[in-house]
Amino acid sequence: MAIEVRVPTILRSYTGGAKVVEGAGDTLGGLLTDLDAKYSGLRGRLVTPEGGLHRFVNIYVNDEDVRFLGSLDAKLSDGDAVTILPAVAGGALGFAAAAALFGR
Amino acid sequence: MARYESLLDACGGTPLVGLPRLSPTVPEGAPPVRLWAKLEDRNPTGSIKDRPALFMVRQAEESGRLRPGDTILEPTSGNTGISLAMVAKLRGYRLVCVMPENVSSERVQLLRMYGAEIIFSPAAGGSNQAVATAKEIAAEHPDWVMLFQYGNDANARAHYETTGPELLHDLPTITHFVAGLGTTGTLMGTGRYLREKVDGIQIVAAEPRYGELVYGLRNIDEGYVPELYDASVLNRRFSVGTRDAVLRTRQLVEVEGIFAGFSTGAILHAALAVAHEAVKKGERADVAFVVCDGGWKYLSTGAYGGTLAEAEEALEGQLWA
Repeated sequence: MAIEVRVPTILRSYTGGAKVVEGAGDTLGGLLTDLDAKYSGLRGRLVTPEGGLHRFVNIYVNDEDVRFLGSLDAKLSDGDAVTILPAVAGGALGFAAAAALFGR
Repeated sequence: MARYESLLDACGGTPLVGLPRLSPTVPEGAPPVRLWAKLEDRNPTGSIKDRPALFMVRQAEESGRLRPGDTILEPTSGNTGISLAMVAKLRGYRLVCVMPENVSSERVQLLRMYGAEIIFSPAAGGSNQAVATAKEIAAEHPDWVMLFQYGNDANARAHYETTGPELLHDLPTITHFVAGLGTTGTLMGTGRYLREKVDGIQIVAAEPRYGELVYGLRNIDEGYVPELYDASVLNRRFSVGTRDAVLRTRQLVEVEGIFAGFSTGAILHAALAVAHEAVKKGERADVAFVVCDGGWKYLSTGAYGGTLAEAEEALEGQLWA
């Protein structure tokens, strides 16, 4: 079962620079475990030691946020497209500056 | 529509219009699925941000944080800056905006016209440099007031007290509310209000997915989630790419005559997705979505004409929502 995974620039050091990689799994958790076998360390950047998704990571299955689809239990099917993005979208300048000002 | 004592009093109360041509066709005998657009471009400065700007300034006045003649500092080149500039002008404050020097000339002209002062940070340093510049300025001027829209309760409250009640009044049969996710204020405020009043309401977020340049962090820990964000208010969250956002923005003006900015296209894309799902399930749906602003400020991108690929390229690396 092939699932296409889009990797953001900051995580491509784990995929040998590849922007798009392929993996397999019935769930997102399964897919990440499969990917980690090929790209060691990638899973650890996305999943916390407690087993949840990293706060500043957003993962989408066919453009829908997995946090509303069961997170790591989100079901996957052959041909699904998975996109990984850092949490920065939406007026990036405004909140980046604000966050820095307030020491967040 | 009526008369108002001043421009500030004319904030909100925007029309909700049906989209009979863009709403999906349902099979004979099936319940109707309808799309409704909340025209936030009809606010005093032409965007939804007039609502939070006014509420944040009022709250700061009431708490004594803002006093006559004070200076407001805001690191923004977007709609919030323009709204704050108008409110600051009418309420007697000075507004200083910090932004990289490579923002579009329309933004600079609009902000200056409304009376804002602009401090530029070098373009080469991008948003990191703007952050550094804003930090320096804040340290030099501890008396300047920053309203911090990403963590300011008055931002979400503006929508809880105005946008939400307006929607429910105009569309008591509402089943879905779809809006953009930036500061998260619109979705948090309107979403909470509608959840309290409408059983089974679906609150749907549409988040712009930009070109790679915008996600130029050095590592994941530099990411940021606005303090206002509470995921439990939402039912679903869609990421919408530039191409889909441009396609829908063009469709909205071509089919329904509504000339909007690209963030509205992203929202419409998510609204259409939930509308088509309702048709498939044979369920009734009244899907209300937000038109954040008009398209005027984005004309210079050239993304309203030419092929979709050209438009996508024109918006690459820009914060189009």
